[in-house]
Amino acid sequence: MATKDLRDRSGDAPDIALETRALSVYYGESAAVNDISLTIPRNRVVAFIGPSGCGKSTFLRCFNRMNDLIPAARVEGEVLFRGTNLYAHDVDAVEVRRRIGMVFQKPNPFPKTIYENIAFGLRINGFQGKLDEQVEHSLRSAALWDEVKDRLQESALELSGGQQQRLCIARALAIEPEILLMDEPASALDPIATGKIEDLIRDLREDYTIVIVTHNMQQAARVSDYTAFLYLGELIEYGDTDRLFTNPREERTEQYITGRFG
Amino acid sequence: MSGERFRPARDRRRRVGAIFRMVCLVSIGFSMLVLAILLVDVARDGLHWLSWDFLARYPSRIPERAGIKSAILGSLWMMGLTAAISFPLGVGAAIYLEEYAPRNWLTRLLQTNIGNLAGVPSIVYGILGLAIFVRFFGFGRSLLAGAATLALLVLPVVIVASQEALKAVPSSLREASYGLGATKWQTIRHHVLPMALPGILTGMILSLSRAIGETAPLIMIGALTFIAFSPTSPMDPFTVLPIQIFNWTSKPQAEFHDLAAGAIIVLLVVLLVMNTGAILLRNKFQKRF
Ligand SMILES: Nc1ncnc2c1ncn2[C@@H]1O[C@H](COP(=O)(O)OP(=O)(O)O)[C@@H](O)[C@H]1O
Ligand SMILES: [Mg+2]
Repeated sequence: MATKDLRDRSGDAPDIALETRALSVYYGESAAVNDISLTIPRNRVVAFIGPSGCGKSTFLRCFNRMNDLIPAARVEGEVLFRGTNLYAHDVDAVEVRRRIGMVFQKPNPFPKTIYENIAFGLRINGFQGKLDEQVEHSLRSAALWDEVKDRLQESALELSGGQQQRLCIARALAIEPEILLMDEPASALDPIATGKIEDLIRDLREDYTIVIVTHNMQQAARVSDYTAFLYLGELIEYGDTDRLFTNPREERTEQYITGRFG
Repeated sequence: MSGERFRPARDRRRRVGAIFRMVCLVSIGFSMLVLAILLVDVARDGLHWLSWDFLARYPSRIPERAGIKSAILGSLWMMGLTAAISFPLGVGAAIYLEEYAPRNWLTRLLQTNIGNLAGVPSIVYGILGLAIFVRFFGFGRSLLAGAATLALLVLPVVIVASQEALKAVPSSLREASYGLGATKWQTIRHHVLPMALPGILTGMILSLSRAIGETAPLIMIGALTFIAFSPTSPMDPFTVLPIQIFNWTSKPQAEFHDLAAGAIIVLLVVLLVMNTGAILLRNKFQKRF
């Protein structure tokens, strides 16, 4: 199969990690994401906020073609990554997902050893370097190494929820993606574990572009550079996080961040 | 007072619970009682026939010299071959239906018919086996023809049980795998199948337990009742324990009826050993983490 290699075709827009153009997603007849166009800058953290059911997860899953797995979902419009439309029919979703990693709402480590959780992605993607080194490196990147270095051969399911989620982040980082998608990565965790994840996001910002979905506005304010407010599948407002929270331009944004609905 | 608007009737609720518990207890008690009577009856008739000689001798016209060596070996061969045929076919079909098949009317039709096949009388499979395996493929009245027939017979159950096991694998696990750039095959091979394996093996155990007691389809394809040698290849003629039992119970002499009881005990023990082995195997897969 001749698939596009996702080579850099971004040309004159090198600072853009991802861009959507008139992107809509339908489940059957109803649109969960409606005609959204936005750009996500490189090496920044972008947060999607909005009330439950407004289409944040659906929108996020377009960036690594996870919606392909839902038979009912239909995507229209374009998602540009390095100048290539990820939804062009000659693009291989498997390659997309290696380049654009994902962390899910509920920690979902494999029921295998801690070591195997990370080695799996390396093996299936034909990693050529030293497995042990890369496992250690990614666990360090996810600020988990010190906690698990003596128990790499134990089941990942014995870790706490917060540790499991950091393992999932380490697992995603191991295959060296450029972009990390996070769908409410801390919503199943206690405040201390949440704090650790947020610290981690701030550290990772140096090397990755991060798109994070959250229904927690304080979290968006703490970790992100830019924030997009979605409501009923529409992009209501998108801009600098500090500005959006202190001085929203749209009335619905203001109502949402002041807690008057949602 | 808000309390007055509730009639908790706790005593009545507890009474209903207690009655329900009794009903359940009676049903299990009744099943166990029938089973126990059966076992006691069989044991009384057959136990004193049991000896190593009984296991090591071939059948004979003289009750004192008769044994079930060829029937035991035939049953073991039969189970091994049936498992070897039905496991890959059944699990393969289940994986196709669950993971690959498009969700359309054709798949639904297929699904419904697999369910229906599980209800077809086993003698019908015997007729089918006789026509296809014995005659058309030219397997003759061999172990292979019998095993292929029994494999067809249990296939629907293996497929449905495997499908249920695959369905029970949480989608979060698939997402985790796909999210790392795994292909569908890698996801199935490394995550879905290992997680579904205990459930698949349970289905396999149940199926083989049914197959080991099947008599009618094997008589139909021409299993012999008198075999005075040990089968050494899948192409050999054969007998199996239930056929030997059937044969002995249809003789007029009372001694043969007792021999049949002895063979029934052996069949039950083989079944028990087989199930225990399979359960141990399953636990091994389950407890890996
Ligand atoms: N698999 C699905 N099938 C049909 N509808 C779905 C599916 N997933 C989500 N939806 C619908 O799409 C809308 C957006 O859902 P989602 O993207 O999960 O929102 P959020 O993440 O903001 O809570 C909701 O109305 C939801 O009911
Ligand atoms: Mg969501």
